[in-house]
Amino acid sequence: MIQFDAVHKRFPNGTTAVHDLTLDLPEGGVTVLVGSSGCGKTTTLRMVNRMVEPTSGTVRVGGKDVTEQDAAELRRSIGYVIQQAGLFPHRTVLDNIATVPLLLGHGRRRARSRAAELLETVGLSAEAGKRYPHQLSGGQQQRVGVARALAADPPVLLMDEPFGAVDPVVRTQLQDELLRLQKELSKTIVFVTHDIDEAVRLGDRIAVFRAGGHLVQCATPTELLARPADDFVADFLGAERGLKLLSLKTLAEVPQGPAPQGDWTLVLDAARKPLHWASKDAELPVRPLKDTDSLLSALNESLASPAGLIARVDADGVLTGVSSREDIHEHAGRAHTEARVAA
Amino acid sequence: MTIDWSWISGHTDDLTTLTISHLQAALSAVALGLLISLPLAVVAHRVRPLRGFLLGLSNVLFTIPSIAVFVLLLPVSGLTRTTTVIGLTIYTLVVLLRNTVEGLDSVPAKTKEAAKAMGTRPLRTLLTVEFPLALPVIMAGVRIATVMSISLVSVATYIGDGGLGQLFTDGFQRNFPTPVIAGVVLTLLLAVVADAALVALQYVLTPWRRRRA
Repeated sequence: MIQFDAVHKRFPNGTTAVHDLTLDLPEGGVTVLVGSSGCGKTTTLRMVNRMVEPTSGTVRVGGKDVTEQDAAELRRSIGYVIQQAGLFPHRTVLDNIATVPLLLGHGRRRARSRAAELLETVGLSAEAGKRYPHQLSGGQQQRVGVARALAADPPVLLMDEPFGAVDPVVRTQLQDELLRLQKELSKTIVFVTHDIDEAVRLGDRIAVFRAGGHLVQCATPTELLARPADDFVADFLGAERGLKLLSLKTLAEVPQGPAPQGDWTLVLDAARKPLHWASKDAELPVRPLKDTDSLLSALNESLASPAGLIARVDADGVLTGVSSREDIHEHAGRAHTEARVAA
Repeated sequence: MTIDWSWISGHTDDLTTLTISHLQAALSAVALGLLISLPLAVVAHRVRPLRGFLLGLSNVLFTIPSIAVFVLLLPVSGLTRTTTVIGLTIYTLVVLLRNTVEGLDSVPAKTKEAAKAMGTRPLRTLLTVEFPLALPVIMAGVRIATVMSISLVSVATYIGDGGLGQLFTDGFQRNFPTPVIAGVVLTLLLAVVADAALVALQYVLTPWRRRRA
């Protein structure tokens, strides 16, 4: 869908932002560009909609060389979300979202009704549409930014550190929303971040850049975490990359059985939903896990649980069994080996 | 100093005519000043090397004594309203040009960037993003220029125009203070009303600045 072919970008001041980049981004997936600041990830992103022109090489979107298209028309066909949303302070939220449809010459009424629709899509109330951007929280503004990028239903979405300026709790919410939206919409998304955890959460593929604009490795999150191409990538992924890998695996395959007798008993309510762990003279909270939860959270819970057991529940929260710390540990180890051996 | 109220009640028509003429001269000058300043400010804002030159030129023009300006214009436009308006316009440029340039400078780079990235062409960005966001600073200049012009119109009495300024020469020549006082009060009133009207206009034009979070 998006192809970089021997793309080079040198700025007038002599710095090389992108060095001989050849990269194919498949249709309908999230590709995350990561790297420390100054590694060329943002420049790479901005060459897709011609906010930056390559010094040499070709960038193609949908098979067409971007430099052969009218820049303004190209940009209208590509959604763009920037850090701190970059909303127009003098336009209402609704009119902000309607920006591109209006530029495309859709009537005001049609553009506004589309905007109202999108307001709901990104989880904002209709009432928010009449407000001005400064009246919204940072997280809400960022949602408006996403809605604005989606307004003309572009096949490609560029996101430049869109969640960089919001607090961690809101960031996690926005990431979840994006994953949910992406499941529905299947856009081709290019996402820039310097946060490796964000990259692992969101990316179908992750491209790691090194200072000087060199692409070091482009792989699925699992592949990247299990087999980093070199020490630079390994360092960038951090010392806990083994645990990060576990965050990508679910505990569905970990065996479960009835709770064994011991000092601690799992107390259930009438609907067989876990309440807490209890011993002769103490109670400790329990955090039941579903099959879709990650091996990392299972490992974490097994350490926190007094009996070394995790409570497994179905979608309704009803107990299906327990799994032991040993089984989880063994599974985690096996997941690691498989990921590292897989070709 | 006593006011001869009977003179005032006998001259209401004259006072009205002079007030309207005064306001027309001042507003024409501000309108013409804006017409010249807006495009020049865009040039000064975009072309850095020209910025100092244009702002410097407007400063220099401002320092020319007003009577000299009228005298210099006489061979061109004679003893007419045109001379008055051109003269006044020259003085409005110093604030209008500077404030418009500063207004354009104050538009966040991020916002312009977003407009471009959405596929807005430069002219449309200027008209629908940059000018609206620069409006509060531009309007501050328009207010100063308007009040300044209203006070300056009187100087054009030297070339037979001057709106309410004619009351000053009239009163001075006859050693009769009432027209002078009436002229001063009406000029002040005009300035206050015009300024209030501009504040109201700005309020209407910038709805996004009304509701604070």
